[in-house]
This record gives sequence, C-alpha cells and structure tokens, in this order.
Amino acid sequence: MVPDRQTLIELYTTMQTIRRFEERVAAEFFAGAIVGFVHSYIGQEAIATGVCQHLSKKDRIVSHHRGHGHCIAKGADLKKMMAEIFGKKTGYCKGKGGSMHIADFSIGMLGADGIVGAGLPIATGAAMAAQLERKGNVAAVFFGDGACQEGEFHEALNLAAIWKLPLLFVCENNHWAVNAPASYSLAAGNITRMPEAYHIPSKAIHGNDVEAVYRAAGEAVEMLRRGEGPCFLECETYRLHKHFLSDALEDVRPHEERKAWAEKDPVTSFETKLLRQDVLTHADIERINEEIMERVEEAHKFAIDSPYPEPQDALEDVYSK
Amino acid sequence: MREITYQQAATEAIQEEFRRDPHTVYMATDGQADLQSEFGEDRVRVTPISENCFAGAAIGLAGSGFRTIANIRMATFGFVAMDQMMNHAAKITYMFGGQAKFPVLYRMTVGAGISAAAEHSVSPYSMYMNVPGLKIILPATPYDAKGLLKTALRENNPVVSFEHILLGGIKGEVPEEEYFVPFGQASIRRQGSDVTVVALAKMVYDAMAAADDMEQEGCSVEVIDPRTLVPFDAETVRDSVKKTGRLVVVDEACQTCGAAAEIIALVTADDATFAMLKAAPARVCGLDVPVPFSPPLEKYAVPDKARIIEGIRGVMSKAPAGR
Repeated sequence: MVPDRQTLIELYTTMQTIRRFEERVAAEFFAGAIVGFVHSYIGQEAIATGVCQHLSKKDRIVSHHRGHGHCIAKGADLKKMMAEIFGKKTGYCKGKGGSMHIADFSIGMLGADGIVGAGLPIATGAAMAAQLERKGNVAAVFFGDGACQEGEFHEALNLAAIWKLPLLFVCENNHWAVNAPASYSLAAGNITRMPEAYHIPSKAIHGNDVEAVYRAAGEAVEMLRRGEGPCFLECETYRLHKHFLSDALEDVRPHEERKAWAEKDPVTSFETKLLRQDVLTHADIERINEEIMERVEEAHKFAIDSPYPEPQDALEDVYSK
Repeated sequence: MREITYQQAATEAIQEEFRRDPHTVYMATDGQADLQSEFGEDRVRVTPISENCFAGAAIGLAGSGFRTIANIRMATFGFVAMDQMMNHAAKITYMFGGQAKFPVLYRMTVGAGISAAAEHSVSPYSMYMNVPGLKIILPATPYDAKGLLKTALRENNPVVSFEHILLGGIKGEVPEEEYFVPFGQASIRRQGSDVTVVALAKMVYDAMAAADDMEQEGCSVEVIDPRTLVPFDAETVRDSVKKTGRLVVVDEACQTCGAAAEIIALVTADDATFAMLKAAPARVCGLDVPVPFSPPLEKYAVPDKARIIEGIRGVMSKAPAGR
C-alpha cells in the first residue's frame, strides 16, 4: 500500500500540525501558562498520523496519556483541544479533563486515559461495537511499551483474539516507561512475541517512518475490515521530551541515545525526503507551515480568550441525564 | 399474584430490556443459557476470567452506543476490575465533560453466609459510594430485583447492582405486567413508632424478624429498606427518625467507614432530625474482620436477629436527652 502524492502531503501536514501544536503547548507550559501534567507527543508523530490516515470518523480509537497526537490525527479541533489544555470552559471537556483526557466522541476519538494500559480493555469494547454493527468499522488502540507490562494488555490481547475483534493494537515502543528501560522491564524481549503468543498477526516497524507506518497500518486495517480478527503493530520510536514536561523531572536516558534518535526525527526526515523526491518544494513547505502556524495561533488565541469554568461548574456532569 | 425467585425476576428484567433494545450486550464469565439461546452468542458472551478487561469492554461498548451488562459475579472479583470501574466507568462522564453517556450495569453478589471464606464473601458497597459517578442499587426482594434492574437498564450512567448471595433463591410476588422501581426511593417495610431500623440487603429480613420479636415486648419498630444507596433517600429516613426519635442501622458489611456510618451522618447532620433524637443512633454491623470460613466464626462475624434486637434494646434503654 503505497501512498499517492496527495496522501504524502496529508501525512506531512498532519505530522507537522502535531509537531507545531506540541511545540506551542510546551512553550506555554514552560512559560507557566499551562498547569498539570503534559505528556508531549513530539518524536512519535508518524505513528498516530500513519494509522489514522486509514480511519474514518466511524472507526473508533482509544488513546493514552500522551494523546494529543492521536486527537489531531483523528481530526480533532485544535481550538477545543488547546482550550481544554488551558482548563477553559470551551475545551472539549469543559476544563474537567485537561491534557491527559481529551476526547471527541463525534469523530470516534473515545478519549485518552491516564492509567497506563487502561485504554486496552475499553478498546476491546469499541471493537465489539464495530463487530456487532457489521458495517466493516474497526477500532484502534494506542499504547506504549509500558502498557505491555500491565495485566490489562494481556487480557485485551486474549479477549480480542478469542472473539476475533476488529481491533488494531498500536504499540508505540518509545523504549522508556518514565525512567525504566523496556530492555529491563520486558522479559519477552521483542514485544511482538506477546501478540504472537495469542495468535495475533503482528509486525514490528520503524515508527518514525510515516510511510512504513502508513503501509503496515493500511494492510492491517484491511484485514480488520474483512473480519479476520485483530492485528498488532509495534512501532519503534522515541519521545524527544521527558516523560512529561518538567524542569524538575530527571531524565536518565543516555545522551548518545537521545542524540541518535533526535537525528531520526520523524517530521524533519520526512520533510527532507519529500523535498528530495520533488513531492514538495521549499515554497510548498513554507506555505503548509504558515497555514499550520496560523491554526495553532488561532487555537491559542481561542484558549486565551475563552473564560474559565465557573467554580460551581465542578458540580455538573458527574452523571448524564 | 404469581411468585418467582429473585434470580428469575432479575433475568426477566434483562430479557424484557434486551427484547426492547437490540443494542444491548451481556458479558459474564459463566454462560447464562436462557439469555444466550434467546439473544445469541454475539450479544450474550461468555468471557475469559478477565474481570478488568470485560468491565472495561463494557465502557468501550457504552461509549460506542451500546448498553452493556457486565456480570462480575462475586463482589470480591470486582476488586480485580477496580481500575476499570473506579478509574474509568465512574469518572469518564465527568472527565470528558459530559459529551458521552455510559450506560453500563455491573452486577455483583455480596454477603456472607455460605461458608465461602474471606475471598468469596464481602459487602463492599461503601467503597463504591465513595466514588462519585456510580449509581448503586441494593435490591432485597424479587420485586425490587426486577424493578430496580429495569430502571438500571434505562439509566444513562454506570450502575452497580449488589445482590446478596443468599437472596437469589428466595421467592416473592412479582407482577406479570411491566413496572419500574425508581432510584432514590426507600421502602418502608414495616410501620412503627418507637424506633427506626434501616437495614441493607439481606439484613432487611433479619430486621423484620427482630421487629416481630420486639413487638412482643411492646416495642414498635419501623423497618426501612433504602433499596438504592446512590442516590440515597435521606428524606424517608429522616421523616421516620423525626417520628420515632431513635435510629439503628443494620448492615452486614464491616462497620468502619461503612454505609451505616454515612446513613447516620445524613440523619444527625440534619438539624431538624437531630433535634428530635431521643438517643444516639446505633450501628449493628459486621465485625471488622475478614469473613471467616468455619460456621461458628462466620455466624459470629455477621449480624443476626439477636444482635439486631440487642441494638434496638440498646437505643430503647437510653433515656431521652433532657432537652
């Protein structure tokens, strides 16, 4: 499944939108304008982008604490995202969720969970819904190497396998669970050995290569739509920030390792490739980036101009009517 | 009126609602043949022993437009599914700003009395009461089992149904025609004027038996079954205590931080009711020990009629405060 020119441009635009959005969020965080925990998706953009390119609004995804990229790739509104991250009333969750809990059910983005691994069982339910609807829809769940250490991961693999659920497992292996390396925490070694144990077809790919992700996800989603059961992609990647944005948090990852991965930056490397292959010119890149920056700026302005919730709004939405 | 068992009544509620709404799914670790044969294996699924996973799957289904029952079976197994029920089911309506509805029904059996030992006997409803976002029902009769589950299956929120292990086989009157028991409406099981006894789950029956005995002694006991813990019908309890001036709360769950403590607080924190109290309210609860196995130990750890009578006599023996 080779992406055509238009798709390549869309992939680039989505990745760069995530990058610029996340850069702005980080800048605002370190300037003190954003509070709480913010887990930056910078460095992992190719994965959400390459997977979601194959999904429609009727397909559902479940995200995790590092979830801004999944929202953007699924088509979420930058303004409502930024407002939520700023804790404003106009945000996706009226300021009740923040960075870690953005959801947009109208586009099949079933939310981000702050508990590592917890999205996996929820995604099995989204996949059951797709299976019961019989319209060829699918579900995808994003999680990291850290989630593979949770029991919920194994339960979800098992459940998806025995019920042949149309669920795409997307493991974003960024090699570090906060400051513990996967090489220490995962006895299985290769992550794909775990889905294999449950007879789930799997593939390990370079998660910073958006075309590789696009191809592998495309094949997997086709299998899911045909009702052949779940698939598993392990996408090797690296977060370029610490576990969460913080001056205080220690980062024990070796300097050389960080440097090596920074050179494999998924956004700049793809940009270089598109220029080299004459898919885009420098002028195109400039124009696309200007448009993105304008959207990010607009989102920021919307967040800043929006009111905070009234304190007593804390009492609303505990229950649905 | 016809009489059917508590368990049959519960199943009828599910059957009626599943016939009405095809977007309904039932999951449990053991198959329920009558449901499976009628609604098919797609909608009535036997799950692996993965309580946390199917508790979470229920949430994903709910967020995708389905209504789901996850039968966890015993409340002790529910502890395995706490992440999904407490961190997610209870919170996501709120955390996502109310943009989606999560109609999930978690069913669990509670209680001691079958020598099942500590890891198969527990009544943990107060732990769930402490987490906003869940509604909690506690049906004690076949009539309420059907009526409350029917209401739960029309709810747009996660509901936890705690069903006492000893009640499944009891028979009671259940109408043929459709009915619902609303949440937040206590039932006064017996009218009385000297003391109010609020009893939970199976304790309703023990409290009724205690009330019969007390009647012989000339003590008139009002017995209230709250039926739902969240929402809780504080009004009915307060009105009763205003009349009797005395309150005993009976619950087989451990006493510390239990539902009984909360119910007493709801009464005493209300100035108008507090002013009418003739004695300090009392709790008759399970001992603060894990439920033991051996019959004499288990019997000792859980309240019974004798202990309820003791509790009632205790509040009756206190002279009204001089005010």
